[in-house]
Amino acid sequence: MIFWQQVINGLTLGSIYALVALGYTMVYGIMELINFAHGDVVMVGALIALTLTQWFMQQGLGFPLSLLLASGLSICVCMLLGWVIERVAYRPLRTAPKLAPLITAIGLSLLLQQLAALIWGKSYLPFPGNLEGSSYAWHGIVISSLQLSIFILSLLLMFLLWQLVHHTKLGRAMRSTAQSVPFAQLMGVNTNQVISQTFIIGSALAAVAGVMDVMYYSVGNYTMGFLLGLKAFTAAVLGGIGNLKGAMLGGLLLGVLEALGAGYIGDITHGIMGSNYKDVFAFFVLILVLIFRPNGLLGSNNQEKV
Amino acid sequence: MKKSLPLIVLACLLPWLVYVFIGQSWVRILDFSLLYLMLSLGLNVVVGYAGLLDLGYIAFFAVGAYSYALLSSPQFGLHWPLLVILPIGALCAGVFGVLLGAPTLRLKGDYLAIVTLGFGEIIRIFLNNLSTPINITNGPQGISEIDPLHVGSFVFNHSSALMGISVPSVIHIYYLFLLAVIVTIVFSYRLEKSRVGRAWMAIREDELAASCVGIHTKRYKLLAFGLGATMGGLSGGLFAGFQEFVSPESFTLMESVMILCMVVLGGMGHIPGVIVGSLLLSVLPELLRESAGWQKSLLGSVWVDPANLRLIMFALALVIMMLLRPEGLIPSSVRKKELHHE
Repeated sequence: MIFWQQVINGLTLGSIYALVALGYTMVYGIMELINFAHGDVVMVGALIALTLTQWFMQQGLGFPLSLLLASGLSICVCMLLGWVIERVAYRPLRTAPKLAPLITAIGLSLLLQQLAALIWGKSYLPFPGNLEGSSYAWHGIVISSLQLSIFILSLLLMFLLWQLVHHTKLGRAMRSTAQSVPFAQLMGVNTNQVISQTFIIGSALAAVAGVMDVMYYSVGNYTMGFLLGLKAFTAAVLGGIGNLKGAMLGGLLLGVLEALGAGYIGDITHGIMGSNYKDVFAFFVLILVLIFRPNGLLGSNNQEKV
Repeated sequence: MKKSLPLIVLACLLPWLVYVFIGQSWVRILDFSLLYLMLSLGLNVVVGYAGLLDLGYIAFFAVGAYSYALLSSPQFGLHWPLLVILPIGALCAGVFGVLLGAPTLRLKGDYLAIVTLGFGEIIRIFLNNLSTPINITNGPQGISEIDPLHVGSFVFNHSSALMGISVPSVIHIYYLFLLAVIVTIVFSYRLEKSRVGRAWMAIREDELAASCVGIHTKRYKLLAFGLGATMGGLSGGLFAGFQEFVSPESFTLMESVMILCMVVLGGMGHIPGVIVGSLLLSVLPELLRESAGWQKSLLGSVWVDPANLRLIMFALALVIMMLLRPEGLIPSSVRKKELHHE
């Protein structure tokens, strides 16, 4: 029973990782760049939603409506943020050596964190409203309505993204830009615009993931994006970076692995290591994947050519 | 090398000038800047010469510091001499570097960045938690009562009297660190001009082309990673002996980013640039610390916490330098051409 309970918890967590991982993987697929600031966009989305929900509730609106309005606004802010990040920090460095955008990315991540620390302070902020909700029990396994809605909403968003990438004009432009920027340009694709739109979509997903994360743990903090970002990146690598299905699968898998690991590590090591090591799992998964299957579970094997 | 003689003389006189005219606390700040300078020189081998982005560099510093702490403190009751522990600490860090680098250096550079970032955090999680069931690191409290830096009966951390003049401990430490820095600089300089250095630069400029002319890229990248880690470990040992206390708090991601910032600001792959960058960024934050006072007098209250201000400054420095002057304040001519080609 504990096993299945941990699987349920893991799937919830995993669907949040998957949403964030999609942002990493889309950007990597198109520009071959790790957007380090992505985790901090998640944090900004979470904290804005948290503050605005509180504010709307103080204005006398009900909790569901406040949450909806706050999430909508936070998604808009994050989309804008994603656009600005790409425009200011990555676009001028499109032709520069690889090291340069990586360094600006880490700088931006730090900048977002510190600005958030200035705005929201350094303490842990509680999420307003009663999130207990109803829960469903089935053979001793308990699923809360929050877990269920996180899971279903994530699947829905992933499905929509899949449709967008594979069945719309923008999606076709994204896929062609990912294959080759100059060729996509020759075919009449405005690649700069496509890259901007990719960042915007990724940031919107990040904002949703941020709202989910802050509700699931019911606290928010200016550093919350760092570990979440690291884990989501691991999920993207696990599934095969640049591959949408891979990010979804990798996210869910990593969530389950982590939940099971945290649940059983005490028993396996006879109490030598406790669940305080749970954050280490993602990292070991990352190293193992990189050693044994560097292209990820679903990634294709593309060798660098002259 | 001849040109550097006046600089070395100035470096030798500096602590006395600072001690007499400003005060002892600023000599201590100078000691720390020398420590940061050593770290930056180590990271420069990895980021500057070989072009590998290491975001968890402080982990190697931590390994060196904890090696020193465990081998010369009441924690295990060991009190080994300095000249034995320092190499051991450096070696341990080097081994960690190779262990981490071996699986990841086969991959593209961006993976390395994120793996090293994770590694830095993992080391900190382990340092924080390895207090149970066997108490190794003493957890978040850290290890105290570490033996001071000493050779024979001479203790660097205590003041001494030389020809009737009392020499404060911070000045002893300064000279010890200065010696270490000069050795590191000469070592780095020789490396840069050697066959190994040229191979690193070839890899940095174009890895595929480098492997085509017969450079064993994986081996050279691993060497850069290992050497950088070793240098980090060495300065970690000196740090532990200087502080006589270590705790996981000192080894956060921010420290890694700060050292990266020093290397980037000054000029990646160029020793004078790295020196200027690390001295600037280790002295400036101390001035910012006093900005709380100015803010209070100008604006009535402290608007921006100086600690935040310091990190915001680092973040902006990283972004702006990369956008406007990626080769750094004092660039090397080779690196400049490389970063500006179309």
